[in-house]
Amino acid sequence: MEGLTPIVKKVAQLMSGIIFVYGIYIVVHGHLTPGGAFAGGIILAGAFILLILAFGSEVIRLKKEETGSSITESLSILLTLILAIGGLFIGTKVFFNNYLPKGEVGELISAGLIPIYNILIGIEVAAAIITIFLALVIFKEEEEER
Amino acid sequence: MIVYIMCFLLFLVGLYGIVTRRNLIKIVISFTIMEFSVFLFLVLIGYIEGGEAPILTKNLPENVNFVDPLPQAMVLTAIVIGLATSAMLLAIAIRLYKKYGTFDIREIKNLKG
Amino acid sequence: MEVLLSVILGFMIIGAIYALHANDLLSAVIAQGIVGYGLVICFLHLKAPDLAIVQIVVETITLIIMVAVVLDSSRKEIKEKPGFKGTINIIAGLIFIGFLIYFFYMAINPLDTFGEHALRMSETYVEQGAQKTGAANLVTGVLWDFRGYDTLGEATILFTAALGILSVLRLKGKK
Repeated sequence: MEGLTPIVKKVAQLMSGIIFVYGIYIVVHGHLTPGGAFAGGIILAGAFILLILAFGSEVIRLKKEETGSSITESLSILLTLILAIGGLFIGTKVFFNNYLPKGEVGELISAGLIPIYNILIGIEVAAAIITIFLALVIFKEEEEER
Repeated sequence: MIVYIMCFLLFLVGLYGIVTRRNLIKIVISFTIMEFSVFLFLVLIGYIEGGEAPILTKNLPENVNFVDPLPQAMVLTAIVIGLATSAMLLAIAIRLYKKYGTFDIREIKNLKG
Repeated sequence: MEVLLSVILGFMIIGAIYALHANDLLSAVIAQGIVGYGLVICFLHLKAPDLAIVQIVVETITLIIMVAVVLDSSRKEIKEKPGFKGTINIIAGLIFIGFLIYFFYMAINPLDTFGEHALRMSETYVEQGAQKTGAANLVTGVLWDFRGYDTLGEATILFTAALGILSVLRLKGKK
């Protein structure tokens, strides 16, 4: 898959930076405005997919990226499970408990453990969508080489 | 009640597509159409006339009605699960195309490897 | 409100019927975009902004993956006429659809009319949700605190789908 013309490459570089910051905003403010982990995670993946589509692909360089995104998604869901098991020991001893103090309604740092869960699951969703897309691109490139 | 009946019509269109089409990609498209009709039906049940979106902002008037937030949370989970299912079906479709050279399900059934 | 939703649903049904009968596969994929983006407009009118954001991005990713699959072969075979050996099939299909319509009618009867929904299970969520969870967004509070297990299961499903696609699209060992 070849890259596109230089105008598209330059505009894709600028736009993917803006989309990345917007995705982080939707994830972090998940408990105040509409959004949350799943919407923000897929927007973050969209920034990377735009770069891959605009610059073309060489298979050897993409295989390292696929390993990196696979490791990222496994680590984030492992951290979520560790935080959830921590609820068995603090406060009322049930699994998946919300045990940090809940501040005022409407502040950025409030609602206990919910913003941390949003950030971790957002990273996991973004890495999963990038892995799926890279698996398709690598399969098509390897078929063409033979 | 007519919106409920039109949701059911969309579901029937998707069901007709799965049963009668021969092309594998059209079967996947009909599958996602059936899912969309169920999402719309669930959100239509929880709507209250004159209600607001279920988000607490600073300057809301007193005695404000909120729309039901429980069906919205369920449909949010279901949309992402629908994406995972469609991606898996399309990966299997690519694999079948590379092996048999066609998307037609009757020819794939006849040729045995 | 009912009239507006019925008009949008009418366009979605027309788009869906065209997507099944198109001759070119690329046209069918683009016609599926009509159904997906029409659903976004319906969600916005039903006061659900969370769902509208998620549905827009999910529909875009699905269209990108479908176009990447379809661009290899864009044609549809000619379908043959069934003749009269399909009579039993048509009669069986009509009986089945009759049963479906009867069960759907029995399911709609106990529902309240559209727009007057009595909050049976969500009274506690709406009145004390902001106090108990501390979140201003009630849908996020319900999703992570009152219904946390469903969200954990959904993260597991996405993880498993990524692993499954990685293992299906592998070409090792075929040399």
